[in-house]
Amino acid sequence: MKQLKVLSVPYLVWMVIFILVPIIMVAFFAFTNEDGSFTIKHISDVGQYANIFVHSIWLALIATVICLVLAYPIAFIISRMEKHRQGTMMMIVMLPMWMNFLLRTYAWMTLLGNNGIINHLLGMVGLGPYKLINTSGAVVLGMVYNYLPFMILPLYSVMAKIDKSVIEASRDLGCNSVNVLFRVIVPLSLPGITSGITMVFVPAISTFIISRMLGGGSNLLIGDLIEMQFLGNSYNPHLGAAISLVLMVIILVIMTVMNQFSPDDQVLI
Amino acid sequence: MKKKIFALVMISVMTLGMFGGCSSEEETAEEEEIVEQTLTVSDPDYYTRFKGKDISINVYNWGEYISTGADEGTLDVNTEFEKLTGIKVNYTNFATNEELYAKLKGGGASYDIVIPSDYMISKMIKEKLIQKLDFDNIPNFSYIMDNFRNMEYDPENEYSVPYTWGTVGIIYDETVVDINEEDIDWDLLWNEEYADQILMFDNPRDAFAIAEILLGYSLNTENPDELAAAAEKLKKQKKVVQGYVMDEIFDKMGAGDALIAPYYAGDALTIMEENDSLNFVVPKSGTNLFVDAMCIPKSSKQKEAAEMYINFMCEPDIAYANIDYICYSTPHSAAFDMLDDEVKNDPISYPDEELIANRTTVFVNLSDEANKTMQDLWTEMKSADDETTNKWLVPVFLIACLATIIIVLIRRHIKSKKDIF
Amino acid sequence: MKKLGKIYMALVFLFLYVPIFVLIVFSFNETKSRSVFSGFTLDWYVRLFNNKIIITSLINTIIIAVIASIVSTILGTLAAIGINSMKKVPKAVVMNVTNMPIINPEIVTGVSLMLLFVFFAARMKLEFGFVTLLIAHITFDIPYVILNIMPKFKQMDPHLFEAAQDLGCSPFQAFKKVILPEIMPGVISGFLMAFTYSLDDFVISYFTSGSTSQTLPITIYSMTRRKISPEINALSTIIFVVVVIILIVKNIIETRQAKKNAGYKGA
Repeated sequence: MKQLKVLSVPYLVWMVIFILVPIIMVAFFAFTNEDGSFTIKHISDVGQYANIFVHSIWLALIATVICLVLAYPIAFIISRMEKHRQGTMMMIVMLPMWMNFLLRTYAWMTLLGNNGIINHLLGMVGLGPYKLINTSGAVVLGMVYNYLPFMILPLYSVMAKIDKSVIEASRDLGCNSVNVLFRVIVPLSLPGITSGITMVFVPAISTFIISRMLGGGSNLLIGDLIEMQFLGNSYNPHLGAAISLVLMVIILVIMTVMNQFSPDDQVLI
Repeated sequence: MKKKIFALVMISVMTLGMFGGCSSEEETAEEEEIVEQTLTVSDPDYYTRFKGKDISINVYNWGEYISTGADEGTLDVNTEFEKLTGIKVNYTNFATNEELYAKLKGGGASYDIVIPSDYMISKMIKEKLIQKLDFDNIPNFSYIMDNFRNMEYDPENEYSVPYTWGTVGIIYDETVVDINEEDIDWDLLWNEEYADQILMFDNPRDAFAIAEILLGYSLNTENPDELAAAAEKLKKQKKVVQGYVMDEIFDKMGAGDALIAPYYAGDALTIMEENDSLNFVVPKSGTNLFVDAMCIPKSSKQKEAAEMYINFMCEPDIAYANIDYICYSTPHSAAFDMLDDEVKNDPISYPDEELIANRTTVFVNLSDEANKTMQDLWTEMKSADDETTNKWLVPVFLIACLATIIIVLIRRHIKSKKDIF
Repeated sequence: MKKLGKIYMALVFLFLYVPIFVLIVFSFNETKSRSVFSGFTLDWYVRLFNNKIIITSLINTIIIAVIASIVSTILGTLAAIGINSMKKVPKAVVMNVTNMPIINPEIVTGVSLMLLFVFFAARMKLEFGFVTLLIAHITFDIPYVILNIMPKFKQMDPHLFEAAQDLGCSPFQAFKKVILPEIMPGVISGFLMAFTYSLDDFVISYFTSGSTSQTLPITIYSMTRRKISPEINALSTIIFVVVVIILIVKNIIETRQAKKNAGYKGA
């Protein structure tokens, strides 16, 4: 078996050049000036944008909680269906994910506009028009819409493994429905909940498309801030790298916390 | 370079179509006569030098800034160029000067043609991002009007060939905004009566200029206090602004999603064709006059082919086709002559001398320091919270994370001790 | 209770699908309006097929996805076999690095690769474009391949490979006849996952593409930032239909195979 180690060499070389070195470069850029000298100015400058971090974390949290609340019953219902219907149902859940997320977000742009369909329909009943697009609410909606299946999938795959007999046993032992839910199903589905939360929270906190398309440019998120420094209106890759570094640390912390809740010691950090 | 004038009809599409003119006058509903744009180039030999050599050039232009042949009977400029010269055109778009700058400054991407505005051109000259042109290869430069040569941003006229010019003004819905045209000023964009119906520029330079004019400063001010005051002014505007946009304006204003927006005169005319109730006005306290010009970045590997492209853009037929489609004002004498009188006399496209002299200012490049200040203020302004989110959230969040980690670790520790026994 | 569940499911599905159906309906709209349906037309589809930029970027996307997924499957499969035979500590280190592109926000991966390419571009003759896009795609594809293959080793007897060699197989034969068949399902699912991620990626491509070789998502993005044409709706409709067809075909094949397997077991 030892000789097989050689096979991984091409990948290891690739990994070092294209995964490790770039991350190190981000750190290097974050701690240097244009002339290459060491500075912590950019890192401390990130503090100026604390409110953007707050705003992003806040919106991503709301979106994650909504996703969890929406997804949990769905995953449970599907996991209790007959086997062959489960597959079809999950296919229906995942199908929108196959469309590019730009198109899905664009769809909401057309729905939420001041003259969009929703306001148009409301207008027919004599209501509105309401300001729907370019609000924080619209950004959260976009996140929920785009990432909901990311929450349903891990929840479902964990719940599908819960044996029916476990639930029946707990009932026989005198649990009522609420007790079954909180003492049996929730603890057993904890790994699904944690991986669902990370799968929604991480992309939500770092998106820049959803906030740009549905937030109208006044709901900046961390992702927008990073994009602005590299390809947008305020070119400053060193600050951009510093923000990226801070974002990475935040995510790392969250992942570590989340991993403490999942019983199986997965490779994830 | 031999200067034989040789007429060659490259294409003649005989189609009946709607006239896509650029006049702000209300157009009568009846369909106009045939519009068939044809292309005649002055020196076809010049254009065939690179045929069959499998060359391609990368053109980086503003969105909606070239004739694409989308309207029937109009020329698709890039396709015509490819047909004529055999050079492949990779055409991509940017939305703001700053975006273009980031792409060029960042390095890596190589472009052969870019079309920045005045102040950005001088900045790029200063930072050596664009290179000197060989005007022997651009004979059609002779068509450029005298008053658009040797502009302040390129005093010796070595780096750029003007493409279009225009003013910035306010597009607004006449049927809703009940103010006389002459009385409209930039403060309309702060008017709470139209809250959430107002759009704003999504780039620092244009947005700051508006605030600076309103506050009575020069729009080329470098005074940090004045810049800070302008940023404060823009912050106050946030609560009435529906969104910060660039070319998204076409749709939003065209469809009536918003009622008031500052934008460039040429695009305003295009939007007004779609939506009759819109009007465009240059506010009374003055505005910015811009010139966009074609340049070749330092990183270009096909300089001669790029110069050929610039020359092609200055062919009277092509210059006319572009101007006719994008509705901006032209610095090209032959293209101007080809325009309808109605357009030539349109005060929006071609305002009178008096207005240009007294009420417009051209941007100049700011010092690096002022640019940096403006950018920082811009980011700060954009990220300023209108809704008050709790400032304690992040610290609390981080502490909570830390606490959980510690608790979990302690629990593990206890567990592992238990396991031993 | 059951009924309530059904209503709830219906509502969530409605939430997931209504936006897409609205897109589809308005791809047939005569005017550009996005709220009033005024008449049926196929014009936008005609325009879409005549839109050179969209067609070339579609071709680019497919070329990049195919090459990237093949290369990453080969590299990833070899890597997975190698990693599996490593000692515990190096294995953990390599797997943690491998996980980085998955855990990191896409924007950070995109930005980090962009910085690397800029560094190379300044020193070598590297230009942002096809090559950088391809490298970026392979980089974020490989971890998915590896993660799909690794669990398969857990089900495999670690001594099989040695046993095969003891019985006279050359290492290559042993690899081909013993290891490969065991991990094949993982390789295939890894390949498919890499392919779909490549097709769909926007953020990383956005930071690593240059003046040439735009991919379809990038083109879509620049379309949404200008005058919006219902061509986008037409494009969405086509993508949706293609996806539905692929999934239905996949489903049919799977059920057939399941039946076949069941048949064997029965016999």
